[in-house]
Amino acid sequence: MIVANRKHVQELCNMFKGHKRVLLVGCGTCVTVCLAGGERETGILGSAVRMALKLAGRGEVVVNECTIERQCDDAFFDPLAAHGAEYDAICSFGCGVGVQALAERFPDISVYPGLNTQFMGLLESQGVWTEKCSGCGNCRLGEFAGICPITRCSKRLLNGPCGGSRDGQCEVREGLDCAWQLIYDRAKAIGTLSKIEEIALPNDWSTALDGGTRKVVREDQCIAGLGPKA
Amino acid sequence: MSKYEPLILAFCCHYCAYAAADLAGSMRLQYPNNVRVLKLPCTGKLEVNFILAAFERGVDGVFVAGCLEGGCHYLEGNLRARRRVERAKEILSEIGLEPERVDMFNLSSAQGPRFAEIVNEMTARLTSLGPSPFRPARGAEEPVREMTEQAEASLSGENHDCCQS
Ligand code: SF4
Ligand code: SF4
Repeated sequence: MIVANRKHVQELCNMFKGHKRVLLVGCGTCVTVCLAGGERETGILGSAVRMALKLAGRGEVVVNECTIERQCDDAFFDPLAAHGAEYDAICSFGCGVGVQALAERFPDISVYPGLNTQFMGLLESQGVWTEKCSGCGNCRLGEFAGICPITRCSKRLLNGPCGGSRDGQCEVREGLDCAWQLIYDRAKAIGTLSKIEEIALPNDWSTALDGGTRKVVREDQCIAGLGPKA
Repeated sequence: MSKYEPLILAFCCHYCAYAAADLAGSMRLQYPNNVRVLKLPCTGKLEVNFILAAFERGVDGVFVAGCLEGGCHYLEGNLRARRRVERAKEILSEIGLEPERVDMFNLSSAQGPRFAEIVNEMTARLTSLGPSPFRPARGAEEPVREMTEQAEASLSGENHDCCQS
């Protein structure tokens, strides 16, 4: 899932400078699960922003909230469409994709990010999420015993470990597991050590963000005349 | 202008603090009458938005009272509530409101006198902090009653319309 966390209340208030009616839009999918931008969290930040604006002498600014099922799918915007025109700013509590989707759907209204989108990750334990995948566009997990060195090795080494690996810990930050220790341990446990003894070839980064914004097209699913968009 | 009496909303666990408040009453203990009690099935039911909603409606302070640590009927509801109160404090400071306006207490159902003590302690603290800037300008009683009713309604989920305007 996409993991995000909230912005400081004052940062939100500053973003809304010059606006009179602001709609905070929560997202019911990833950011609800990571407790950043669902109905409850959007409600909390809505209350907080209203109170902070009042204290700053901007109590006349109307701040309302609503939450839609998913912001990364245009189909779910319909219930919002009727209300959009009543506001002069929208603040999305979805991930960066949601913010941009709202900006596309409401071309005449200022759209702001309510969250800081962090990464694609996993719920490690209650309240703790960790990054697992960088979306490199050409998954090589099969070569690395199912542990991603591109995301989890601080130096993105494909032939690790580096000299900084100590007792299973990465030298970059305390409490950070060395991805290459994890890869070695798991390869050993499942009997595939020989695989990581081979030299891994350099990555082709053209499939990642370095190759420009990416697009996935499934021609068989595109309805004639409706897509794919240019 | 009438003397400032802080309005306090108390989220009380059904199994301990609520019973303790009852006991304080049966024991005829005196404590300020400016506290409004909302019963929760367990303080683990408490969410940060309940606390913020109360402040937004103009209460001067909030306290959450759950069972003694280790004594929660649902094992760890009171520990979760304590963390949520901490989070509410953090958000209150970001808003610019004193985080001391909200606090968590633990007591057993047998501690009627302790309940009265907590109300006294919070009243003294909020009296020295002064009224909340979100307190409605009108006189005392009516908004207080409205506020508790609104808070009760929001607890029962009546105010959760999508796209309210
Ligand atoms: S190899 Fe690429 S796609 Fe696979 S987990 Fe790592 S970053 Fe993600
Ligand atoms: S210590 Fe391990 S995880 Fe850290 S940079 Fe070196 S190989 Fe990568």
